[in-house]
Amino acid sequence: MKIKKDYIISIVVILPSVILLGIFVYGFILNTVFVSLTDWGKGAGLKINPVINFVGFANYSDLFTSIIWQRFRQDMVNAVFYWLFILSGSLILGFFLAVLLDRYPRGESFFRTLFLYPFALSFIVTGTIWRWLFAPNGGFNVLPTLIKLPRIEFLWMSSRTSILNFNWQDIPLIITVFISLILFFVILRLIILKKNEIKLIIYSILFIIFFISFFIELFFAPPMINLKEMHGFNLASIGIIIAAVWQYSGYTMALYLAGLRGLPVSLYEAAKIDGASDMKFYLKIAIPNLWPITLSAIIIISHISLKIFALIFAMAGTDNAGTSHPSVLMYLTTFRANNFAFGASIAVLLLILSSLFTIPYLIYLYKQRTK
Amino acid sequence: MIKKFLTLFFVLFISLFLLLFYGCKKAESGRISQGIEKVKLTDEMPKGNLEIYSWWAGDEGPALESLISLYKSKYPDVTVINATVTGGSGVNAKAVLKTRMLGGDVPDSFQVHAGQELIGTWVAAERMLDLTPLYQSEKWMDVFPKDLIKLLGTKDGIWSVPVNIHRSNVMWYIPDNLKKWNIEVPKTIDNFFKAAEALKAKNIIPLALGENWTVNHLWESVALGVLGADKYDKLWRGELSWTGSDVVKVWETFGKVLSYTNKDSASLSWQQATDLVVNGKAAFNIMGDWASGYMSTTLKLKPGVDYNWAPSFGNSGVFMFLADSFGYPKGAKNPAAIIEWLKICGSKEGQDAFNPLKGSISSRKDSELSKYNDYAKSASKDFQSNRIVGSLTHGVVANEGFMNDFSTVMELFLKSMDPIKAANACQAIAIQNGMAK
Amino acid sequence: MTSRLFKTGTGKYIILLFTAGVFVVPLYMTLITAIKDPKDINLLTVWIPPGYININGFIEAIYKLGPNFKNSLILTVSATIISSLIGSINGYIFSKKRFPGSDIVFMFFIFGMFIPYEIILIPLFQMTKQLGLYGSIWGLVLAHVVYGIPIVTLLFRNYYDQIDNSILESAVIDGAGFVSLFYRIFLPLSIPCFVVVGIWQFTQIWNEFLWGVCLTKQESNPITVGLAKLAGGEAVKWNEPMAGAIIASLPVIFIFIVAGKYFIRGLLSGSIKE
Repeated sequence: MKIKKDYIISIVVILPSVILLGIFVYGFILNTVFVSLTDWGKGAGLKINPVINFVGFANYSDLFTSIIWQRFRQDMVNAVFYWLFILSGSLILGFFLAVLLDRYPRGESFFRTLFLYPFALSFIVTGTIWRWLFAPNGGFNVLPTLIKLPRIEFLWMSSRTSILNFNWQDIPLIITVFISLILFFVILRLIILKKNEIKLIIYSILFIIFFISFFIELFFAPPMINLKEMHGFNLASIGIIIAAVWQYSGYTMALYLAGLRGLPVSLYEAAKIDGASDMKFYLKIAIPNLWPITLSAIIIISHISLKIFALIFAMAGTDNAGTSHPSVLMYLTTFRANNFAFGASIAVLLLILSSLFTIPYLIYLYKQRTK
Repeated sequence: MIKKFLTLFFVLFISLFLLLFYGCKKAESGRISQGIEKVKLTDEMPKGNLEIYSWWAGDEGPALESLISLYKSKYPDVTVINATVTGGSGVNAKAVLKTRMLGGDVPDSFQVHAGQELIGTWVAAERMLDLTPLYQSEKWMDVFPKDLIKLLGTKDGIWSVPVNIHRSNVMWYIPDNLKKWNIEVPKTIDNFFKAAEALKAKNIIPLALGENWTVNHLWESVALGVLGADKYDKLWRGELSWTGSDVVKVWETFGKVLSYTNKDSASLSWQQATDLVVNGKAAFNIMGDWASGYMSTTLKLKPGVDYNWAPSFGNSGVFMFLADSFGYPKGAKNPAAIIEWLKICGSKEGQDAFNPLKGSISSRKDSELSKYNDYAKSASKDFQSNRIVGSLTHGVVANEGFMNDFSTVMELFLKSMDPIKAANACQAIAIQNGMAK
Repeated sequence: MTSRLFKTGTGKYIILLFTAGVFVVPLYMTLITAIKDPKDINLLTVWIPPGYININGFIEAIYKLGPNFKNSLILTVSATIISSLIGSINGYIFSKKRFPGSDIVFMFFIFGMFIPYEIILIPLFQMTKQLGLYGSIWGLVLAHVVYGIPIVTLLFRNYYDQIDNSILESAVIDGAGFVSLFYRIFLPLSIPCFVVVGIWQFTQIWNEFLWGVCLTKQESNPITVGLAKLAGGEAVKWNEPMAGAIIASLPVIFIFIVAGKYFIRGLLSGSIKE
């Protein structure tokens, strides 16, 4: 009886937040999904009672195939690279800084504040500073000349070079190969562990389906778009990534610093008795022990990499396609081109893209709890 | 204590929900009419609040302030709210304006580029009042140039009052530097290519260029130069095919012009591109005449002496204009005050107070030239005598959808440098935005 | 304890100083630009400090940003306090007072962290308008509180997960009810977490721009909007926005200096699983 009463109190207390999030997050998402399935914005979209027709998934198929939306496809690729590099950059640099500060060097609090301070700044104006720093004929490029070295010639955000290029036509193929590979390893693991035969059979069937579809796509299926269209990692976005890592590695440093100091001294002493060096201690013992911290840093930095909009906006402007991100394109499509439906479609696809990374995390969290 | 805490928590939430509930009930009703509607002139003495919405801040602030203080001196009973939104070269201002209009919170008058940027968005949405009665009562039909009025209106009416005129197709240079390098100011495109070769040999950037929108800005000058004024006008009326040989030639020439620009352009603001010319790193820069304001006010250079100007190469005798204007949105709450505001925007007194500070010229034929600097005097002369065409980048000839997509096409071109591909993409976006069949 | 445990070698110091140097570059640039004369600011001389100090930038910036600064303080302080309170209650429930299905509800909370904030502008605007909160600072407070709920709840839940259930059990035996448990035991225990969440929310809200520009009117614009105005004209005197940026960052830096130690400590007690 007592327990049930507790449940009711819990639910009542949590209810307001649930309703608020229900409206402001899920209600708005539904609204966006609905708009994305219409043609709102063609012609006179800003009328008092605009004529809005339901068009199904036409906007989405346009985004993936039409020549005009080439920029959208590059932006999605950019989004993945941004996430990947900002995340790994801030984690690695943050850990490195934490190791430097871990043993209380002299001036520790000064350095700590210094590394944290970028986190405190708004990009409205520091974006401008970074823009100057990456200006090809000023900033970093001329820095070596102050000590009589040759200047750097990299174009930074004006660069139009991209690496790791792949053909957009091959996307279905790449996805199939990727899934097949994952399934293959899962099956391998199940065979080695010799358990759960039903799972094994299910996975094997899936694997065979994907494997066959791989060949069908390779030889028979028509390409997604007519032209060969290359996409890859734009070197122009390196500047944005550096600025973002500069801003957020202070935060990961604080997290790791807390973690390192929370490790029991016995761990270190045990490592010393085994004859491990400092380096070995940090790499082999500290990192695995700090896994929970890494996990929460990943989720927070991922959350932040969605806010990259402001940074790109201030540093490179909205029309620099090399550094663009779907959120920038979405803003332009909605508010400059008045194309509300396409803007909403881009938003939905961006949400799906980020779900690809967050949902596994959420499932992991959930499993941990229910264990 | 515990109970107090809990009560506080719930009172907070419950009041929030009551607000939510109350708010939903009070939702905006269809107060704003549809269809075309003319402005109704009144003789009422204006009072109350007048909210002027613009993206003028920083250095352009004082110009707007001068208009507002003129207004206040005439109508002291009106409280003028100067609402400015800045950032992203006007994109933020547009975003806020659109959210506000969609949410039913209409500012009394807002800044908008005259021409299709207004017509394609707000007039098409039937959100503006036709100002023809105001034009007639103030006799503006005669004081504004005919070409200008044609571009401000549609067959259904005239939609805004232009408060200034900027020229877009101006080429800036430093006369002393040209003398030093032994270069003539190029009048035609071929002359430019010759001069550019000579400059390149001397290791000087022939043409300084900035970030993406300044590339579009350069494109319109080149397009005008290649096509000539008649075909340029036809292009925007949908009478000249985007995939025809003329336009392909524009892209070819443009590609060649780009080969004479600085490689780091995408990361420079327009001021920094102008700096290149001022510092002697580059010879020419094609930019709107706000560059004159930058050089004379911020860099303290003397117009006509320290720096000089000419029409963009191939653009002689044509004045490509853009104008900031104010309109009267439907559903605005203070008619008398708005009408007086628009009158001041179009008046000789208002324009001659505003424009010398803004670095632009008056849109009227009868402005007081003694109040302007040397550059503005020469621009006014050209404005009276030249053929007038509208700018693409600054919203005169194309709607916002086209302008936005054109930036994407430009990026495609910069990456591929393929004129045919660019021409085809232009055709596609012209169709998508209802500017070609 | 071995002596090596707290030794830091010279090599480490060199690396440390070097990294600090790299971190300080943008700050250096902001500072020297802020004290330059507008006509001396151009790309070729960005590295070079000015010959004389011109503090007009600061005077102008203080004059122009004064009202925005006040708005931002009200906004940030109230939104931070409200969202931390809500977060601590939510976190307490998701951690210690779970009900059937609470883990699923929690998942839905966290997912809210990942919506693209730019696209909800239109519905968000319409909602605040209907609530009658548009134009004032309170609409912005509402937005920051609501969209802050997911991350704040996550941080608090992680923190409360560290607190041993035995404390809870012993208190229950003592006869403490639901509310008194939270109030008497968890609230005092969660001061470090309040510091962490407070700092996080304070910096995020203080620096947010897009909502500030869309949801407030002129007289209640937060400081980021004021800053953008300083930097937004056609020909900008860059010393003003740079001076403005320095002024705008003062409160946050102040908090870092004062509460920095507690920040690390709060993170420490919050994020390590036993």
